[in-house]
Amino acid sequence: MSAVEEQRPIGYGRLKRKEDARFIRGQGTYVDDVQLPGMLHGAILRSPVAHARIASIDTSAALAHPKVHAVITGRDLEAQGLSWMPTLSADVQAVLATDKVRFQGQEVAFVIADDRYSARDALELIDVDYDTLPAVVNARKALDPDAPVIRDDLEGKTDNHIFDWESGDRAATDAVFARADVVVSQEMLYPRVHPAPMETCGAVADYDRVSGKLTLWSTTQAPHAHRTLYALVAGLPEHKIRVISPDIGGGFGNKVGIYPGYVCAVVGSIVTGKPIKWVEDRSENLMATSFARDYVMRGSIAATSEGRILGVQVDVIADHGAFNTTAQPTRYPAGFFHVFTGSYDLEAAHCSVRGVYTNKAPGGVAYACSFRITEAVYLVERMVDMLARELDADPAELRLRNFIRPEQFPYACRTGWVYDSGDYERTMRKALAIAGYDELRREQVERRARGELMGIGVGFFTEAVGAGPRRHMDILGLGMADGAELRVHPTGKAQLGISVQTQGQGHETTFAQIVAEELGIPPEDIEVVHGDTDNTPFGLGTYGSRSTPVSGAATAVVARKVREKARIVAGAMLEVAPEDLAWERGRWFVRGDPEQGATIQEIAMAAHGSLELPEGVEGGLDSETVYNPPNLTFPFGAYLCVVDVDPGTAAVRVRRFVAVDDCGTRINPIIIEGQVHGGLTDGVGMALMELIAFDEDGNCLGGSLMDYLIPTALEVPDWETDFTVTPSPHHPIGAKGIGESATVGSPPTIVNAVVDALAPYGVRHMDMPCTPSRVWEAMQGNAKPPQ
Amino acid sequence: MQVPSPFEYERATSVEHALELLARLGPDARLLAGGHSLLPMMKLRLASPEYLIDIDPLAGELGYVREQDGEVRIGAMTRHRELLESELLARRVAIFTDAERVIADPVVRNRGTIGGALCQADPAEDLSAVCAAADARVVVRGRDGERVLDMRAFHRGAYETAVEDGEMVTEIRVPLHPGAGSAYEKVERRVGDWAVVAAGAAVRLSDGTIEHAAIALAAVGGDVTSPAAAEALAGRPPSEELFAEAAGIAAAGCSPVTDQRGSAEYKRHVAAELTLRALRRATARALREES
Ligand SMILES: Cc1cc2nc3c(=O)[nH]c(=O)nc-3n(C[C@H](O)[C@H](O)[C@H](O)COP(=O)(O)OP(=O)(O)OC[C@H]3O[C@@H](n4cnc5c(N)ncnc54)[C@H](O)[C@@H]3O)c2cc1C
Repeated sequence: MSAVEEQRPIGYGRLKRKEDARFIRGQGTYVDDVQLPGMLHGAILRSPVAHARIASIDTSAALAHPKVHAVITGRDLEAQGLSWMPTLSADVQAVLATDKVRFQGQEVAFVIADDRYSARDALELIDVDYDTLPAVVNARKALDPDAPVIRDDLEGKTDNHIFDWESGDRAATDAVFARADVVVSQEMLYPRVHPAPMETCGAVADYDRVSGKLTLWSTTQAPHAHRTLYALVAGLPEHKIRVISPDIGGGFGNKVGIYPGYVCAVVGSIVTGKPIKWVEDRSENLMATSFARDYVMRGSIAATSEGRILGVQVDVIADHGAFNTTAQPTRYPAGFFHVFTGSYDLEAAHCSVRGVYTNKAPGGVAYACSFRITEAVYLVERMVDMLARELDADPAELRLRNFIRPEQFPYACRTGWVYDSGDYERTMRKALAIAGYDELRREQVERRARGELMGIGVGFFTEAVGAGPRRHMDILGLGMADGAELRVHPTGKAQLGISVQTQGQGHETTFAQIVAEELGIPPEDIEVVHGDTDNTPFGLGTYGSRSTPVSGAATAVVARKVREKARIVAGAMLEVAPEDLAWERGRWFVRGDPEQGATIQEIAMAAHGSLELPEGVEGGLDSETVYNPPNLTFPFGAYLCVVDVDPGTAAVRVRRFVAVDDCGTRINPIIIEGQVHGGLTDGVGMALMELIAFDEDGNCLGGSLMDYLIPTALEVPDWETDFTVTPSPHHPIGAKGIGESATVGSPPTIVNAVVDALAPYGVRHMDMPCTPSRVWEAMQGNAKPPQ
Repeated sequence: MQVPSPFEYERATSVEHALELLARLGPDARLLAGGHSLLPMMKLRLASPEYLIDIDPLAGELGYVREQDGEVRIGAMTRHRELLESELLARRVAIFTDAERVIADPVVRNRGTIGGALCQADPAEDLSAVCAAADARVVVRGRDGERVLDMRAFHRGAYETAVEDGEMVTEIRVPLHPGAGSAYEKVERRVGDWAVVAAGAAVRLSDGTIEHAAIALAAVGGDVTSPAAAEALAGRPPSEELFAEAAGIAAAGCSPVTDQRGSAEYKRHVAAELTLRALRRATARALREES
């Protein structure tokens, strides 16, 4: 490959991101950049307490503010049947509270004013009388008989129970545990954390009273799904709704759901006849929008004394907050948690998950979690490490001994997933080699002799992404398939319309490269259009690492359709039968006479020209498709982390981190590395510092970035990334998702390293975040879950 | 975007002008220096002053670090960054340099001032402990003249100082002595975060004994200084055992509380550990000075 090609590959390769030209010039257009003539501004009054009955709301002083146009309360919405809205998990959520407030930060009233300053000032003029009720914030206590009942709005509800769900075979699991030589059990909490995207959530709603059309710019990872949901909820006809998701400053699952603020902006625009902008501030984002995790897990692992893992059992209490708003496929109330058997070939497994309400913000599936695989991988990787300690075995060796072997794929795991492809040992050995594992263990022995605390953490993960097959997966009845539409203009330039929506993942580049690879059109000649429901095909959006597995597949398929059309046209141009043509990238040529051929650009012109077209083509090359994935894809990776713990202050420093990822076919390595770097940084944040904490009264203690810490470049080491390639056998181009791999795989690896460092103190487990104080308490034999 | 309450804005062009505005606008007016404590509080509506008197134009008049009459004199508008980069402080009172390396981040350090930091008196604020350990004095000016206060008189606890209505801080004076060394140690959860705990120590050596010592702690409540620990050090030759003894006294005397940054037990433990480390480094520096 020449140097020039290296820089600007036609197809897969290290292409610089096309979207960065506008971002680095400050020319991106985010929701808050949208300015419309006559636009008014909304602000939300939020509950200062976690649980209270609303005795009265007096809005008269706010309405008297000279710049205020309207104040909307739950009572006003009630009149239109809009005070409650359905959630993505068969529950309802208050848009604006009518009866009670159920978490601190809950939406109570919506003020519309000339500018956002006045709207914010007017919030102080609303007088709400709250009768405070006791709050429950600890999921373990939510089902206590004396716990306050949060959801008394639900007919006949007398407790805080949401659902019970199980997977696997309980009897078979009990049987392997009964005959196991070794059983290790541990309670662990994956604490509540927050996606904290750089751009907070917001919307601009513009309802045209004449045409009856609503245009809604909003921070959404799933514009098409939102359009359909607005139609179903608000009763607006779907063809009169246009959802535009412009540039999005990070999503991480935070922007999958529909928030009350969006609905208020829509209602506000309908009521006032003016465009309404609502953009939440940082505290609102942290306190009220979709959190992640909050899983209390009790895991047990059973093995033979030789270190053969027999089974894993888990019981979970899932804290869903005040409303069950988790965004996940309908049939999976615990997401994909039941991939908790991880990367291991074991005989039996079982999990039970109990969902509970608490007086905390709703949400749950967010923060690059792949529908709870983050929790599952954390659990199994901690359990395997604890087993290694119990058996006095090397944690890397123990994993190698128990991996699913390459010849076992496709592998049906004990809870029903069919893993598509993998070669775990190769990837693990590569990571160990890069890290110099044996040398690190020798260094650790020497340092321990000097009283220094060095820890080496090993982790391995298998992800299940690309949701998903229609027959198994839907969200509120919408199948999880995605469309793609490819137009090839007469001059051979192309426009690809996709249903998924980038929030920083680089779709405009990656998807152009897929088309380039298939058609030989240079990526710069391909415009990727997305994020506007009026201009793009239907599909469910970007989250759960599903864009490349689903939409990327659709893109390859639609490009191949174009290629086949081009073949027919080329046949007519060259006066040969299409079967006699062969393809090389960008060109059909006559078999046996390679000089005779036509480039895709020549064919595009001919397809629009005066050439008499043969039967089977109508003119033009444009094509469309909908891709319904036959299975998920299963990316995996081997991670290794070295930490040093200061024995005096208990401060943890991540010294090294090796990540060897396998996401199948690699489209753009720069983007893949970026996704991995970001995810690993997320992992350091969750492992060492991030926590949305609450006090006993339900006050959120993580409501600003001074309290909710996210890592900086100074907390992370120079990432050592590498890869193996095991293509997915069922995906058109063999690609698997990469967006969430590192977020899933890194937290247990770091915690494994911290616990390994603390081995001289007899520490077996500690919950995240591993702050200096919490690490010190673990060293004193006093490790506690965070509050 | 977090939006503060409405306020009026004035811009002071000299110290005299600022004092006059303070007198005219009364107790509902607040000085705005670097704004890195006041503005976040206003955005969260924890502070809603009616008037802001911007003293940024005084950055020239009150922005300096210079040696004069056996002291380092630091203008109240001197930025964190200028303290960090001061060669004089690095050479003679390195506790400032140590602390500035771990205060906030470059963006905050470019604007935040020593006067603002001392007057904010946040319980986890670093420069109050630094100044206390360094035996600094603070010049407070009103329309009727100046008062020069030592840190014990100036710093009255969390968010409370001796600055009265109508007064402002203009200068900080740090004494210089031969054979002196100082150091600062801090534990934070993340770079740029406020201290979980921090400790500063300053010692003056003469003929192999500690002639004078000062110890100050940040983020552990109450009085920032530990006179008892300082007393234990005075007149004795430096040694690991002595440092440990003093560190123990300092830790025993502090009153930390459990919060998101850490438990009270941990803070007390680490206060001792950091005091010990600060004493070690301060003494090593003093020994270099001495020779
Ligand atoms: C993200 C972040 C991290 C931070 N981390 C740290 C840290 O680790 N350690 C630390 O110590 N600090 C930290 N700070 C605080 C920072 O150092 C502030 O800049 C400093 O505390 C206040 O200085 P200022 O000039 O910005 O004061 P301002 O915010 O302008 O003022 C603070 C208060 O002092 C008053 N004031 C200001 N100047 C005078 C004067 N000359 N006379 C009388 N009153 C005056 C004001 O009226 C106001 O009440 C952090 C701040 C931020 C935003």
